[in-house]
Amino acid sequence: MGELAADKHVKYILAVEKRKDNFESAVLEHLRMNGAYWGLTTLDLLGKLDAVDSNEIIEWILKCQHESGGFAGNVGHDPHILYTLSAIQVLALFDKLNVLDVDKVSTYIAGLQNEDGSFSGDIWGEVDTRFSYIAICGLSILKCLDKINVERAVNYIISCRNVDGGFGCTPGGESHAGQIFCCVAALAITGALHYVDKDLLGWWLCERQVKSGGLNGRPEKLPDVCYSWWVLSSLTMIDRVHWISKEKLIKFILNCQDTENGGISDRPDDAVDIFHTYFGVAGLSLLEYPGVKAVDPAYALPVDVVDRIFFGK
Amino acid sequence: MNWEEDEEKLLPSQRPEWSDVSPLPQDDGPNPVVPIAYKPEFAETMDYFRAVYRADERSPRALQLTHQAILLNPGNYTVWHFRRLILETLSKDLQQELDYVSKIAEKNSKNYQIWHHRRWLAEKLGPDAAGRELKFTEKILSGDAKNYHAWSHRQWVLQSLGGWDDELEYCHQLLEEDIFNNSAWNQRYFIITKSPLLGGLQAMRESEVKYTVAAILANPENESPWRYLRGLYKDDPKSWIHDPQVSTLCLKVLTSSGTNHVFALSTVLDLLSHGLQPSRELREAVDTLNPNSSSTKDSLGNTICSVLEHADAMRVNYWRWRKSQLIV
Repeated sequence: MGELAADKHVKYILAVEKRKDNFESAVLEHLRMNGAYWGLTTLDLLGKLDAVDSNEIIEWILKCQHESGGFAGNVGHDPHILYTLSAIQVLALFDKLNVLDVDKVSTYIAGLQNEDGSFSGDIWGEVDTRFSYIAICGLSILKCLDKINVERAVNYIISCRNVDGGFGCTPGGESHAGQIFCCVAALAITGALHYVDKDLLGWWLCERQVKSGGLNGRPEKLPDVCYSWWVLSSLTMIDRVHWISKEKLIKFILNCQDTENGGISDRPDDAVDIFHTYFGVAGLSLLEYPGVKAVDPAYALPVDVVDRIFFGK
Repeated sequence: MNWEEDEEKLLPSQRPEWSDVSPLPQDDGPNPVVPIAYKPEFAETMDYFRAVYRADERSPRALQLTHQAILLNPGNYTVWHFRRLILETLSKDLQQELDYVSKIAEKNSKNYQIWHHRRWLAEKLGPDAAGRELKFTEKILSGDAKNYHAWSHRQWVLQSLGGWDDELEYCHQLLEEDIFNNSAWNQRYFIITKSPLLGGLQAMRESEVKYTVAAILANPENESPWRYLRGLYKDDPKSWIHDPQVSTLCLKVLTSSGTNHVFALSTVLDLLSHGLQPSRELREAVDTLNPNSSSTKDSLGNTICSVLEHADAMRVNYWRWRKSQLIV
């Protein structure tokens, strides 16, 4: 079996910071806040967060905040719940949550809850269980969960639960590993995991492992490294991660590395990107791969960061 | 909307109507965290966009500019936001805007912003938009029958704007094309449980069981119809274990050689755990599959788990756990 080329991945992430001639990254400009979260969390999991200048990053993050309290994907963009969570998470990595006007940010997030308990992504009203997770995760980190109607939020998530034990984006939506992660994590954070049929969902999740050892997100779809996170973190939260073949999954993830230039791709021999690099490393963390720090399956942050938020200082 | 190819290629700096505007460059700060590199025309178009966005200029030329920005990067959500503001301010024809979105969506069918923009438009247009939206999602699904956004949009259209009449037939068509399409099976469940034109789950159960049994017999290794079958008996496990069609189906699959027996075996296991009294034929069929003949004294459930530990070795821990849960 191959090994995790940790140094190469660190170099890859740091190089992405400095690269100025890549047109593909131009189309990711609007979600740079997400990119920062994926890259920096990976660095922290590999023990190399100190390779970046936190002050510059924090300065840039604060420039992305709007009057409403929400954060945009980059300077000059509109606020959205997606980037607001990434901003909170990055600040948590640097132990700098104190630079936030917590009241302002939490009010922005809480204001996105709808009558039925669901959450919109921004003022334009798109509803998706992804946003339920984001709101709950973000407010939990800020210790402001009481600003929303938690009972209604939980009820909405449960209304998205399907007969196969999984969850979709909206009620009746097909069970999808990404949506399942969001719903299970939100229920875990709000202490409502008893609404999950762990045995039924656990089986659905372990059925995602295909011959190659990789995981897909729905029946009869191709495996993708990002599901190493969404399926695995879900299984971890419901205590059923031993139902998949860990060795085969580790092998699959390692095969998705570019061991020469660094980075991880969705499946072997495809082009790498920051998104899949993060999910591959985070997946390996959940599989207890040596040299990778432990990651919290619900908050998607290193365990020591989460401990610091809730128990430290 | 002017679709002339030549005109589209002209950058703002080359057009006289933009001469009064000073473009705003991207502010990445001195040492950007994840700096983005640009091709010149991308940079220029976005610089002009930033200028009108900052000035909140909601004009026809600004609308055209959002179009060019979208062509370069349809994922840029801020451009779509601003486009909506302009459309509202200028009271633009929203049916025409749907035409526009359809063209962009052809090459970007997995883009959240496009689908959300479409929903915003359809919401404003109301029930009259139902037919068109169903046609549109059908087109996208003809290229990618499992596109999650398309299915989500289609479900929203049905529930908010109507159009249920042909939906079951549409699902059937998709399943004819690919019986393994999990999204189509999910949609089928959505229809039989939520359509105001059908009688609900219980009323539909009989015909749906027949449909599903046929699908399973054609491809017993297909995960989706097995789950669908179980779903037909939601909250009514008694009917499930007492329906002879279910155990007969399992028996048929287990006695055909060269077939993937995993889902049939796990279904029998579930039936047993809900109180099924297995027939002699069922026991014999399972025993035939058991490589370890010395365990004939084991319960049927035990035997099934032993078989699955080998037949579905990837999930050996799961089957061992199932075995441990059996009430002997």
